[in-house]
Amino acid sequence: MKTAGSEQRLAVLLPYRLVPSRMSIRIGPLSAAILCFCVMMAASTAWAQTTPTMLSPLQIIVKWSPLLLRGFAFNILISLLAMLLGTAAGLGLGLGLLSEFRPLAAVSWLLTQFFRNAPWLVLLFFIMFLVPFQITVFKTTIPLPDWIKATVGFALPVMANVAEVVRGAVRSVPSTQWEAAESLSFTRRQTIWLIMLPQCIKRMLPPWMNVYALVAMSTVLASIVGVSEMLTLTAQVHAAEGGRPELFAPLYGFALLCFFLYCYPINLWTARLERRFRVR
Amino acid sequence: MATSWTPDQPIVQCVDVRKSFGALEVLKGISLSVRKGEVICIIGPSGSGKSTLIRCINALQPISSGSIQIEGIEVSDPRLDKLALRRKVGMVFQQYNLFPHKTALQNVMMAPIHVLGQKRAEVEVRARALMAKVRLAGKEDTYPGELSGGQQQRVAIARSLAMRPDIMLFDEVTAALDPETVKEVLITIRELAEDGMTCILVTHEMNFAREVADHVYFTDRGVIVEHGPPETLFTAAKDERTQQFLSQVL
Repeated sequence: MKTAGSEQRLAVLLPYRLVPSRMSIRIGPLSAAILCFCVMMAASTAWAQTTPTMLSPLQIIVKWSPLLLRGFAFNILISLLAMLLGTAAGLGLGLGLLSEFRPLAAVSWLLTQFFRNAPWLVLLFFIMFLVPFQITVFKTTIPLPDWIKATVGFALPVMANVAEVVRGAVRSVPSTQWEAAESLSFTRRQTIWLIMLPQCIKRMLPPWMNVYALVAMSTVLASIVGVSEMLTLTAQVHAAEGGRPELFAPLYGFALLCFFLYCYPINLWTARLERRFRVR
Repeated sequence: MATSWTPDQPIVQCVDVRKSFGALEVLKGISLSVRKGEVICIIGPSGSGKSTLIRCINALQPISSGSIQIEGIEVSDPRLDKLALRRKVGMVFQQYNLFPHKTALQNVMMAPIHVLGQKRAEVEVRARALMAKVRLAGKEDTYPGELSGGQQQRVAIARSLAMRPDIMLFDEVTAALDPETVKEVLITIRELAEDGMTCILVTHEMNFAREVADHVYFTDRGVIVEHGPPETLFTAAKDERTQQFLSQVL
């Protein structure tokens, strides 16, 4: 009681402090994104109400959403295929990096560095314009549609990044594991396939998923080379609706939201896996 | 040259073995020989080159000069088939080095199946017998992370034995263990020695060395200072350095 009293008397001598309020509003990233979208919609709706004959932006999105979502599914398809292709190639390249055969390791290193440090869009252009639209193998003509070429274009940087993930993970296994395998007469190849890689899968998963989220977001680059994925379709829808400037934000906002809703859970999951594998 | 060896000759023969890491010479002319069925212990202060020596015997590290022969096979031969050599020589490490993604039984079974190409069913019978031999029956399906240090080390011993080696190398296998689990590992090694396995141990367990060894080598600063049967080395060491070391550890 005594101390409380003296505190009160001397309170004026204390430096002024802001009392932290308990009513802090916490908004998670997910609800924030949806909130932003709603605000954007509301704003443009209000604006659109001045011309009552036209459809509101929301109605336009609803109207076109089957097409736009099909475009988005196409983005996902491209990203999944690019990831599949890139992972297979990247595993090979990563093993090349780990090879004891110097020339192979050198070539793998060069390829990895080249494709890791090249802008994805430039790689995409190269593939689009260097690879013919069809190839003839043994009198069979195989058409190569744009989206297949784009997939290959995305698979190249994926390959380089996955190669680096594989190399890093295998290198992170303690050298004593190599010694144990050596002393049991395992060959180098057996050691990698039976002992190193199985141990590394957990460690490789988070960075691998990171690469995937990047690929998924990058697939919109394919719109520049004319693949009819979501962004291309969004632009077309915008044009079909007369290119009204007030539709710009809602339409592209819808595309943003789709990608966010797809990639954010992946990143969330990645972070969770990272935390879980760190505590061993 | 590999064919000329007969069991009455030394199974391991080191002659003037030298090993340098850069400018640092770790082994300065080590010579020793081990007969089949013999148990030898290498003792000495830390950094005296004990571990390096047995790693050289297994060709995990190349030697700089001199000669090491295992059953007549020259280890320093550049055309050496290391895999063939290591099939004859089992090695157990201080840090167990079990494969963490495999169960205890799988750890034991892996090498015979994949390296020797033996049938899984046969290997499994043998692996289970080995698990029982190291007193770990019932722990077959446990992962290394769930076993104690002593248990992991015994799995590591079983894993090496599954390759049916002629020689076993033990590199300070009890140094990382809790005192209460040291004993169970030593019991396993002693049983192995009693079965007639040729063993080379680097150890700090002087009482154990005294008990099981046929011959004890004392190394210091890369040379063998003194060697002899344990009863003479431990009680009547001639060299001053040996006496000093033993007075510190006994």
